[in-house]
Amino acid sequence: MSAIVEIRGVEKRFGAIRALGPVNLSLQPGERLGLIGPNGSGKTTLINCLSGLFAANAGTIVFEGRDITQEPAHVRARMGIARSFQIPRPFTGMSVIENLLVPMDYLPIEAGAREGRAMEILSSVGLAGRRDAPAEALSQLELRKLELARALVIEPKVLVADEAMAGLSEGEINDVLALLMRLNERGVAIIMIEHIMHAVMRFSQRVVCLETGRIIAEGLPQAVAQDKHVQKVYFGERAGR
Amino acid sequence: MSWRNFLLVALLVAAAGMVLPRVLENPYYFFAGYVVLQYVVIATGWNILGGYAGYTNFGTSAFFGAGVYTAAFLIKAFEAPLLVQVLAAAGIGMLLGLVTGYLTLRIQGVYFAIATVALVVVLETVVHNSDYLGGASGLTTIAPPAPAWFAGPTQYVFCVMLVLALVAVGIARAIEHSWVGRSLRAIRASEPAAEACGVPTLRMKLAACAISGGVIAMAGAPYPYYASHVDPLSAFSLTIGLNALAMPLIGGTRSWIGPVLGAVLLASVQQITTVTISSEFNILAVGLMLIAFVVLAPEGILGLVAELRERVGRRRATT
Repeated sequence: MSAIVEIRGVEKRFGAIRALGPVNLSLQPGERLGLIGPNGSGKTTLINCLSGLFAANAGTIVFEGRDITQEPAHVRARMGIARSFQIPRPFTGMSVIENLLVPMDYLPIEAGAREGRAMEILSSVGLAGRRDAPAEALSQLELRKLELARALVIEPKVLVADEAMAGLSEGEINDVLALLMRLNERGVAIIMIEHIMHAVMRFSQRVVCLETGRIIAEGLPQAVAQDKHVQKVYFGERAGR
Repeated sequence: MSWRNFLLVALLVAAAGMVLPRVLENPYYFFAGYVVLQYVVIATGWNILGGYAGYTNFGTSAFFGAGVYTAAFLIKAFEAPLLVQVLAAAGIGMLLGLVTGYLTLRIQGVYFAIATVALVVVLETVVHNSDYLGGASGLTTIAPPAPAWFAGPTQYVFCVMLVLALVAVGIARAIEHSWVGRSLRAIRASEPAAEACGVPTLRMKLAACAISGGVIAMAGAPYPYYASHVDPLSAFSLTIGLNALAMPLIGGTRSWIGPVLGAVLLASVQQITTVTISSEFNILAVGLMLIAFVVLAPEGILGLVAELRERVGRRRATT
């Protein structure tokens, strides 16, 4: 099976600081990939390069066999690369359902079918009851769900969930995990960036660990978790050994 | 309000405006009313970029002045009719919006605001140094006479501005209720999120900037006719920029009616204080009202109304 996303030698520099790369990474269609690494290791930078918010300084990004390195973010979104943001960014000043109508304005969906489609997605994430609530009135969990719902509108082939579970309770984490699993069953490849280890380990088929902008480990979740290098960057070395 | 009701009200307002000069004899009312309507157009135009998309434009007077001088130029060079002046000014305003937008809209927040102030200085300097446009001392503009139907030139230009105000409000309302307005609101809330939702943010901002600039410049076009004299100091006055910003903020930026309310309220107060207290007081009035609203009603009149409605609704629900 050929990869749906192919990241080749991608680098991102901010002035003299190289935040990312070079990174090589591929994602299979329908795969569940966990992306871990300490704060500042370049996870979100990598995702920003993939979704197009940052232009990579070097390397190429291929999506479904097409080089998208030069494409702006909104084109990539319409092609099927969706993302949620680490800090939820709801469209304030709009109702929950209107938040979902924003991406639909740019998709070939008949005007009459839009509300129905939006409601379907809202029900699938458990926000149907909040359809007319202003985005400002949502709780943290609801904001996370709205963030995912908005990403789902474009019927993505790849979904990047950037810390979609941060700040949630155990029960709420299970909610979001189940939601992502259901999506994946429908064939959506998912990249999960997460600090909540047990969630990533349960969810992912493959885990990649970044450290100072480079991939230091890659493989089955258990293998990566037991990797000495990974343990070192996460927990530090015991002194005097 | 549905489109049908909106059009009905607009037609009624237009008809009332046309009949008014037959009822009211004193031309002063139309002289003052013109300024109020001019600010309805300016505030409405400003709000398309400043309110819907959240990009604060401090350079409103650059667009207004460009409209004024486009019209003045057309009078001097071709004795062009008013309609041509208005259309040309709108075109120039849109072009100006597109160019400045392209140069500045990649910058956000306060930097964008500063860049727009620079635009005023640039244009004013250009006019100052243009002999053809009268330089610093200005240009006397003798416009063609008003159509015979109107009681006088002031009444005529008042009616023209009334039509422009209705057109401007119609444009703003159409944007607000369409997918364009939705995309602009998304941009205001979060540009990266809008972009990630497939919104071509730069293109939408450029469109908003061009339409906004076109509407504001359009408001300047009848000015040479109205004042019979144009000079750079009044055409590029920063007071216009201040008013353009204060009026939507006082009325409320989220809906088309906000700038209309703000403009009618503030411009009326300014006109009344100019004749009753002093012409210097009117700028103080803007300042005081702006401070009062920022402190007491940051969402403007619309925000106040929404809050009151909610309170009444809650009280009803509890009893």
